[in-house]
Amino acid sequence: MCLGVPGKIIRIYDDNSIKMSEVDFNGVTMKVCLETTPQAKIGDYVIVHAGFAINLLEESEALETLSMLDEIAKLGEQEQT
Amino acid sequence: MAFTETYRDPQLVTQTIQKIKDIITKPWVIMEICGGQTHALMQHGFDDLLPQEIELVHGPGCPVCVTPLELIDKGIAIAQQPDVIFASYGDMLRVPGSEKDLFSVRAAGGNVKIVYSPIEALQIARNNPDKQVVFFAIGFETTAPANALSVMKAKELNLKNFSMLVSQVRVPPAIRTILSDPHNRVQGFLAAGHVCAVMGYHEYLPLAAEFQLPLVVTGFEPLDLALGILETIRALENGKNEVINAYPRGVIQEGNRSAQDIIEKVYKTCDQKWRGIGTIPDSGWKLNEDYTDFDAENRFDVGQIQTKESEVCISGLILQGRKKPFECPAFGTLCTPQNPLGATMVSSEGTCAAYYRYQRK
Ligand code: SF4
Repeated sequence: MCLGVPGKIIRIYDDNSIKMSEVDFNGVTMKVCLETTPQAKIGDYVIVHAGFAINLLEESEALETLSMLDEIAKLGEQEQT
Repeated sequence: MAFTETYRDPQLVTQTIQKIKDIITKPWVIMEICGGQTHALMQHGFDDLLPQEIELVHGPGCPVCVTPLELIDKGIAIAQQPDVIFASYGDMLRVPGSEKDLFSVRAAGGNVKIVYSPIEALQIARNNPDKQVVFFAIGFETTAPANALSVMKAKELNLKNFSMLVSQVRVPPAIRTILSDPHNRVQGFLAAGHVCAVMGYHEYLPLAAEFQLPLVVTGFEPLDLALGILETIRALENGKNEVINAYPRGVIQEGNRSAQDIIEKVYKTCDQKWRGIGTIPDSGWKLNEDYTDFDAENRFDVGQIQTKESEVCISGLILQGRKKPFECPAFGTLCTPQNPLGATMVSSEGTCAAYYRYQRK
């Protein structure tokens, strides 16, 4: 129940006053509860545990980490030359 | 999504591991607390890829494994009662109780249902008003919001036939116990990214200061794991005893406030027993006074429970990072995922299961 894989929200709906969504995990669709991520919108990526979106994934942060990596790689090259 | 794929890019992982090799100058012992990360590390062959100086010790972060035996026996006793539907995450069914497991209760005609979310258990309760539906609410901070919300909704909906058997554990007190042990060898921690996604990482700051070591918030993709280890080694080599967030796309320091609010509404902290480890102060949550009616332990009288642990299984030592699975005489012979003697062989987060699956000797 703890392997949180990121998925993309494709539909948001209400089920007996519980905020629910359909989330796409690489082609497999699952029902995911959004009560703990009320700010989530269609198209957002969420981390899901036990059928609940525990958080949104931040694309800007993801890109920033990757640009840091680029710098690590560049430093590595400089050290080698 | 582009950035998920990027975080699985083998070349970036290799580069990051090369960086670790470049900066490491001496041996270090690192613990990954989370069983999901143990599996991911094995699956991607990190034990072969990392420099020899790094020893990875596997932590107790497997919710199925640490659920106390008494509670599993209670669950089994409740599931055998007439007019009960017992709903559980699938991993719990094969966990050995003292005499049997939930799977055998189901085979003998007990109404045991596998759900992937407590919301499903709630729906079962709504659809079966003439049955008592009991949900086995186990897990770390990652399942707490889901489990707590289900009880909240059950109360709002005035559902009289829904209750939970709760074993809800928290990571920071377990880290404190590991570090307080006089035999402790762990010098740095990978803090589980998704636990921190819910709770944030402010609880780790005092641990870093008190025990003088780095804790690095780490994600689950191969590149996340490599980055988490790189940051840990960098901190260790530079004597930096601080909390570092190597998973900023999933975690902010204060965590998910809405999730924490739900947890606070429903639960209160308690001393909690961990299977194989013992009682850890303040390491669990139980239902607070507003929700005691929904506690299955109050609703069902299951009489005296006499527990009995397997005599050969050393999963307690494995959960504490003191032994590796291949040091157990039963590993892979008497004990396999089809015929598990201990919980660590059952769960998709258990260390014995990880070693068996990825055939580490
Ligand atoms: S291999 Fe089986 S018997 Fe041995 S410690 Fe692991 S779960 Fe227990």
